Amino acid sequence: MPLYAVLTGLILGGVIMAIAKYNPFAAYAALFSGAFGSPTAIGNTLAGAVPLILAGLGIAVAFRTGLFNIGAEGQYWVGAMAAVWVGYHFPTMPWIVHVPLALGAAMLAGGIWGGVIPGLAKAFVGAHEVITTMMMSYIAILIAHFMVENGPMMAPGYVPQSPTVAASATLPPILPAVFLNSNLSDAFFIAVAAIVVVHIVLFHTTLGYKLRAVGFNARAARYAGMNVPLYTVLALGVSGVLAGLAGGVQMLGVDLQLTDTFQSGYGYTAIVVALLARNNPIGIFFASVFFAALSAGSQIMQINAGVSANMTDVITGIIIFFVATDRLYGYWSQKMRPRRPSSAAAIISGKGESPQ
Amino acid sequence: MTPTGRDHLIFRAREEMSCLALLEIRGLCKSFAHVVANADVYLDVEAGTTHAILGENGAGKSTLIKMISGLYRPDSGEIALDGAVQHFASPRDAILAGIGVVHQHFMLIPAMTVAENIVLGTERQRDAATPRQSRLLFNRKRAAVSVQELSESLGLPIDPWAKVETLSVGMQQRVEIVKALYRRARVLILDEPTAVLTPQETEELFAVIRKLNQDGIPVIFISHKLDEVRAVASTVTVMRAGKTVRTAPVADATAAQLANWMVGRDVILQSRKEEVAVGDSVLEVKNLRASDDRKTEKVRGVSFSVRRGEIFGVAGIDGNGQTELVEAIVGLRKVNGGSVHLLDRDIGHMSVGERIARGIAYVPQDRQQDGLILSFSIAENLQLREVSKAPFSRRGWLTRAAARKRAQQLVEEFDVRPPVIDASAGSLSGGNQQKVILAREMSRNPELLVAVQPTRGLDVGAIEGIHRYLLQLRAEGRSILLVSLELDEILSLADRIGVMHAGEMVVVMDNQNVTRESLGLAMTGKWSEKEAIS
Repeated sequence: MPLYAVLTGLILGGVIMAIAKYNPFAAYAALFSGAFGSPTAIGNTLAGAVPLILAGLGIAVAFRTGLFNIGAEGQYWVGAMAAVWVGYHFPTMPWIVHVPLALGAAMLAGGIWGGVIPGLAKAFVGAHEVITTMMMSYIAILIAHFMVENGPMMAPGYVPQSPTVAASATLPPILPAVFLNSNLSDAFFIAVAAIVVVHIVLFHTTLGYKLRAVGFNARAARYAGMNVPLYTVLALGVSGVLAGLAGGVQMLGVDLQLTDTFQSGYGYTAIVVALLARNNPIGIFFASVFFAALSAGSQIMQINAGVSANMTDVITGIIIFFVATDRLYGYWSQKMRPRRPSSAAAIISGKGESPQ
Repeated sequence: MTPTGRDHLIFRAREEMSCLALLEIRGLCKSFAHVVANADVYLDVEAGTTHAILGENGAGKSTLIKMISGLYRPDSGEIALDGAVQHFASPRDAILAGIGVVHQHFMLIPAMTVAENIVLGTERQRDAATPRQSRLLFNRKRAAVSVQELSESLGLPIDPWAKVETLSVGMQQRVEIVKALYRRARVLILDEPTAVLTPQETEELFAVIRKLNQDGIPVIFISHKLDEVRAVASTVTVMRAGKTVRTAPVADATAAQLANWMVGRDVILQSRKEEVAVGDSVLEVKNLRASDDRKTEKVRGVSFSVRRGEIFGVAGIDGNGQTELVEAIVGLRKVNGGSVHLLDRDIGHMSVGERIARGIAYVPQDRQQDGLILSFSIAENLQLREVSKAPFSRRGWLTRAAARKRAQQLVEEFDVRPPVIDASAGSLSGGNQQKVILAREMSRNPELLVAVQPTRGLDVGAIEGIHRYLLQLRAEGRSILLVSLELDEILSLADRIGVMHAGEMVVVMDNQNVTRESLGLAMTGKWSEKEAIS
């Protein structure tokens, strides 16, 4: 079903391009070569998938528990701030301590921001997590602006940016000889490990069972003696931890410092990733690579085929629409099927008495 | 001019005398994806009679009603009113043609008045004959007057200005009936109308039905209760497995025959109880007080005890505090006062989980909302209450193989169909869902089983099975607290019966000394010690 949504999105995107008098085949060829055409391109696509995987896993865990974490973007940025702060504050620390410490700080920050605060607010005063996580997200982004615009994390000089993290806190690139100048770092392994861990926790532990039970039917979970508020806080906490980790690995592996934009968009795209993957950890890998490829390839598409890079946003939008309305497919497939009421009726009336 | 209710009723009755079968159903078929819901359904409803449709849950009654009322379109076959074949594209078409349906779950807006509810959707047409301004403006007073006229002419008095939310269930049903007739229904369909009523309200409903018949309005009475069909209907059509298997005058059919046609085999109507030695008290409730979610006190000092080897039945009309009482006992609701002891330990302030661990099993009223996680498999549902324990898990890790083995055992022992432990609970029929819950709760060897409406909405065969399980538990010397709105269920299972009214347990009596009438009186709060003796 998610494949249908992707295909429909790509086909309708092509139709729109054709209407706008572009050659959709040339555009998609350019998009594809931009995303997978060279080792560097593949490396960059995978690197772009890393924060999507982590934040997408976070959102999927929340979804699985019946919660809508819409503030992954803010959790990403508090994670980024925490990782950068630890990254430049301890320049003499050995690598083996420094990286885990920075990432741990990122996870803790994301977890508190996205999980514990909205989670407690929901569990005890009933504040809806869509509102609280979203508001916390705005607060996070504004704090981040403050930090580098003459704030405590601003680097010396006039440019609003933070100091660069120490070399001991960076994640080294993977196989630089193969992926050449790409952004692909060890963060990729962290993302893959996170997929495995989330999968195991969700489907092989009692914790995961309870999270899913609360998500599917909180009332039945409560009737079965589960502590629903606890699992609400936990699920949002884990969700925030993963989104914070996304910000952390992105800082230590790619950006290395905070610059004054704070618009990664990963936190929002991750919602689409989770939806497209239907909250399946393994599906999240492929959905993330797909959206990362769209984003990486869009630049080449603009240069080589003249189609605006924004076209990929249109495609993304169409895909979201069709993921959200996947019931339509069920409806269509039912309509397509030839109706044979008479033979069906015969099954029952074949044996048994006649009426009256 | 709008004719008064009486006028058009008389007119209608005269019109119908000429033609015997007012509503005819000929060879109706309907199937969904891969389920045949109705196959070759035939029905002739004559003017001025009550025609019962009797069938188990899943026999196809609802599908038939939905086709007659325009919600579904038949795959083949015909619906004819007064000999004219009808093709309903929507419920609106059916209403306009004169089909009135009172659904089991009322379609009323609680915050609006009776009159507003009744004219809803027809206010424009009704006023079309009056000055133009009223096409846009809704005249509440005129609506109230015409509703009152109609209701009085029908012999169903209701206060048109009353808010629906303030009415009793029986009165709300009356509003639904008047609403259907206000829309000039020529055939009235009542879908399981007595499910929500007290015995007294049921009697009143039957009187109303007879009155409607006298006015020439035929009533289709959908039910799975044999006694009611025999009490009110003149003709009965029995449905089984999507087909109409038999139509007969009620007078010619015995209850046993009807039951036989319904299930296709002989059923034992009375549960047989063996003598079980009653032991010490297991559950001791003293002066218990609890409030509902709106902080209104719903349980006002209830005391009773359940002993070993005993089924204690709690009877009462829905909403008299039974739900809150049960929730306070199992730990879902805060206890405001009094105490709950299980085996001499005060459990009144323990969490649900702790009470489960101490031996309370619970079959909730709403099995789909509270008892099961429908998207989980049968195996997963069977571990819902004790997932942190063996054999379901070890040190936080799910032990899938052991849990599956256990699930397979339970599914076979409790005869869940289909016996596929990976099937989702949502794909099972109601009876089999209930078996999964019972399997889960009973496999824990509980001290006390709290069962609320355990057979609600189930068919005769499934009810029989569940009653057998409960009696078996009793024979094993366990204690059961049975809360039910079905008097028959309480009467056939319980050893002692406590009746709840307005948050109090007005009387506790031995089943031997109880009649339906005395129970009915106690349920409506009209209980006094005098009657207890008689």
